Amino acid sequence: MTQEHRKFICITCPRGCALDVTMEGEAVVKMEGNSCKRGIDYVTGELNDPRRMVTTTVRVRGGVHPLAPVYTESPIPKPRILDLLAEIRKIELRAPVKFGDVVIENALGTGVNVLASRNIPAKSEAS
Amino acid sequence: MADKKYDVIIIGAGVVGSMVARFLSRYKLDILLIEKDSDIGMGASSANTAIIHAGYDPKPGTLKAEMNVVGNQMFDQLAGELNFTFERRGDYVVAIGPEEFAKLESLRQQGLENGVPGMVILNGADVRRREPNINPEVSGALWATTGGICDPFGVVVAAAENAVVNGVTLMTDTTFEDFIMDGKRIVGIKTNRGDFRSRWVVNSAGLYSDVVMHKAGLRPEFKITPRKGEYYVFDKAEITINNVLFPVPSATSKGILVTTTVHGNTIIGPNALEIDDKEDRSITREGLDEIWQGAINLIPSLSLRYSIAEFAGLRPGGNAPCANPDVNYNKDFIIEIPKEVEGLVNLGGIESPGLSSSPAIAVRVVELLKGAGEKLEEKSEWNPIRKARPRFRDMLPIEQKLLIENDPSYGRVICRCENVTEGEIVAEIHAPIPACTYDAIKRRTWLGTGRCQGGFDTPRVVEILARELGVSPLEISKKGKGSEFLVRPTKDEEAK
Amino acid sequence: MLKEKYDVIVIGAGPAGLAAAIEAKKTGAQDVLVIERAQELGGILQQCIHNGFGLQIFKKDLPGPAYAQRFIDELAGLHIDTLLDAMVLNVSSERHVYATSRGSGFVELDTRALVLAMGCRERTRAQIALPGTRPAGVYTAGTAQRFVNIEGFMPGKRFVILGSGDIGMIMARRLTFEGAKVERVLEIMPFLTGLTRNYVQCLQDYDISLQLQHTVKRIIGNDRVEAIESVQIDNQRQPIPGTEETIPCDTLLLSVGLIPENELSRKAGVSLDPVTAGPFVDEKMQTNVPGIFAAGNVVHVYDLVDWVTQAGMLCGRNAAQYAIAERKHLGRRVKMKAGDNVRYVVPHVLDKESLAESAQRLQMRVTLPIEEPVWVEVMNGEERVTRKTELYVRPGEMVNIDIPQSAYDAVQRASELSVRIVRR
Repeated sequence: MTQEHRKFICITCPRGCALDVTMEGEAVVKMEGNSCKRGIDYVTGELNDPRRMVTTTVRVRGGVHPLAPVYTESPIPKPRILDLLAEIRKIELRAPVKFGDVVIENALGTGVNVLASRNIPAKSEAS
Repeated sequence: MADKKYDVIIIGAGVVGSMVARFLSRYKLDILLIEKDSDIGMGASSANTAIIHAGYDPKPGTLKAEMNVVGNQMFDQLAGELNFTFERRGDYVVAIGPEEFAKLESLRQQGLENGVPGMVILNGADVRRREPNINPEVSGALWATTGGICDPFGVVVAAAENAVVNGVTLMTDTTFEDFIMDGKRIVGIKTNRGDFRSRWVVNSAGLYSDVVMHKAGLRPEFKITPRKGEYYVFDKAEITINNVLFPVPSATSKGILVTTTVHGNTIIGPNALEIDDKEDRSITREGLDEIWQGAINLIPSLSLRYSIAEFAGLRPGGNAPCANPDVNYNKDFIIEIPKEVEGLVNLGGIESPGLSSSPAIAVRVVELLKGAGEKLEEKSEWNPIRKARPRFRDMLPIEQKLLIENDPSYGRVICRCENVTEGEIVAEIHAPIPACTYDAIKRRTWLGTGRCQGGFDTPRVVEILARELGVSPLEISKKGKGSEFLVRPTKDEEAK
Repeated sequence: MLKEKYDVIVIGAGPAGLAAAIEAKKTGAQDVLVIERAQELGGILQQCIHNGFGLQIFKKDLPGPAYAQRFIDELAGLHIDTLLDAMVLNVSSERHVYATSRGSGFVELDTRALVLAMGCRERTRAQIALPGTRPAGVYTAGTAQRFVNIEGFMPGKRFVILGSGDIGMIMARRLTFEGAKVERVLEIMPFLTGLTRNYVQCLQDYDISLQLQHTVKRIIGNDRVEAIESVQIDNQRQPIPGTEETIPCDTLLLSVGLIPENELSRKAGVSLDPVTAGPFVDEKMQTNVPGIFAAGNVVHVYDLVDWVTQAGMLCGRNAAQYAIAERKHLGRRVKMKAGDNVRYVVPHVLDKESLAESAQRLQMRVTLPIEEPVWVEVMNGEERVTRKTELYVRPGEMVNIDIPQSAYDAVQRASELSVRIVRR
């Protein structure tokens, strides 16, 4: 089987080891550049189920700001990020928004909730 | 609007056009002042060294010399009437080394010939006392006590506002296209906003004064060649220069100055680069290097670390020979009522000392019109006084307190670096000449010119402008149509 | 509602100011006031909607506003006065504070201890003398971030970003998320100046190209940015002729550095370190002016907000103790000096007796990256006071070292300590 080289930068800790991974098909046969075992876990994750935390904003009606920042409670599968952003784009919350409010429950069936990152008071509340 | 007939149309609301409008507004005339840009004074008038020259530099016998000296003398009264910032500080032509010192006397003689009062030659020790950071090789200076500094855009706004309050109609975003002729008589102008009829037209179009006069078939050999001058501005907390310092002048320019300004910043520049493009105000690596070399010759201890801004201005340099054939000079002002056509007051090539000369040029225009048979009847209700609007940062704490008590919006500081308040911004948006763009507010209030260069204030100014003008923030621009800050809401449905 | 005299006034309600105010109150200062120029608490965190905050001190990965919300809620429960939408105009060395706001008008306040927590401003286009025209569409990354996240507007459609600092990379992803195109990120240094994590998650993940040793040669466009001319630079930072590229875009974002905002500090007579552009401080975060303390980015630019919170707490505690007991300087101090490959060390001076109470932490930034194990050493001349090992050092990541209490005697002997980085 032909061997393929792929490069990764591990982000488990701030060190950011540059990893050189030799693959045969879907299998990792060799890894160089990692300073610890976590590099292997990282690459395994990136190859099989890469996930990311997603942070963005959502529209708010009647609040002191027109947008509220939101975040995924835990990382979601990387290939679904753009779909999630499109879903969030459709939503308009009504003020007041409270930190921790669930904006989307079980987003796109991933089991991950999207929450509000802060309070957004209603416009009349503000002095 | 298109059917209204004016007595005078003035093309170009720079400092010259605005001064002409102001001085003509005294008379019972219907006056229209047009300006192609979104705001007045966006040409040479707002990008220069801000000096009211003493008048020793222009060649004797030229209009430049005459207008400079007469204009200079008018500034105290004018500043008092129009309430713009002007300080008659005196300026110094600094000689470095013995050879340059020898040139000072001939400069002084030239000044005497031009009628400049109050000039003194100082020795090196005198100069060092007055400006401790001066190049230690300083050999002396020509001290011209009538030189001054001002806020040049402040002069334009003050003159134009006074004109408008006294009845002049101002139209911005209005570009002259052609004259409307009846035989050899100019009876009006065509613009992008329609045709306007008038008995007189004043050409004060600055960089485009050649284009305008050529449309009337005048002076085909006259050409405006823009000469770019670049500047550095320094942090006023770090660099303090006490005076206006010129080098000994060369053949092509007054040289690269190091000077204080009425806002307290030190600026250095300008260089003098001839270019073709009348809209090219880009700053260049070479230009900045050149002015830096010139500046450290005067003040070696300057540090680029403390520069906070750069800008460039274009001088509308013309090639008109002096009207007096005995004077060998071919870059003089054109100030005339030409014989070839009727109904035109032609002003061309008003580069430095244009700002200093502007009130004198305006007075000359009035005289020319009288000489051409215009019966200029004075308005009894003409008010030469224009009141200045409050500038929060220039006020004492007790004055600031009273201002805020009277209007709480003066309590909200929008530009942190220069302490410009919301009250001032709102006042400019609703002034006789409304400020509708960010740069227009910046020119008037000095907001955004400090260390953070608008980093903090821009979103707030956009919000205030949108609110006061009753438009979406998407329509707010830096300097007119095409320079809007924002392109769409973050959550625009169409984006994805 | 505002008192005339306070125990502690904090200028700035970002993470440093909030932590300082809360800690000051908990330490026993009765009357505490926070003055903030924005209309809400939280400072810059409110526009930093990305995550990565709190990993160290809360062991959670929070977005900036969520991190701020914790402190905002805690402050609300502690009866700390706040003055919002207010600008401090002047501060005297006697800690007289002049501020103005729309709501309260012109106020004059006195305080026993003052905490400066004004954070940073961004380096501007003008400060790097970028040649070219001055069209609309040139923003510092922070101003653009404010528009996108708070005001709710996009400043452009096609972006070029100058600078690989964190805020530039974060904005690259943010803009991509909101439907814009980021054409290029240019970095003048031969190394990444922000965190590697951000390179992966903001640029690599979205195929945004980063070019090291590249910069903007000039800006093109009259009314609006139309293009950027980029150029490659050599190891002497000189442009390499023939490497110019015109990149069409409508917006240039500048992420070229943060500068501590110390104009008020200056007015109060506080001495500033020209290297950090922040005040000289001791281990209590007190400046050279008695009773005036400083914390957070106003002292030096931090990499993680968790350390800012810690500094704010330390500062607030000391400010409160000063206010309560007006505790003056005890005896002798030792100066800290930046040695090999260290750009600066904070605090700048140490009270020698402080080691009797606890270990003392030094924070620094290195000048050049070393991607190999190094020693971080605190030296008294040739005598080593303490050292620790780091697997690597980078300018984008702050380095700490603690002087242990066991070094008390060594420090008593020293008049100056230097901190240096040495390869192992």
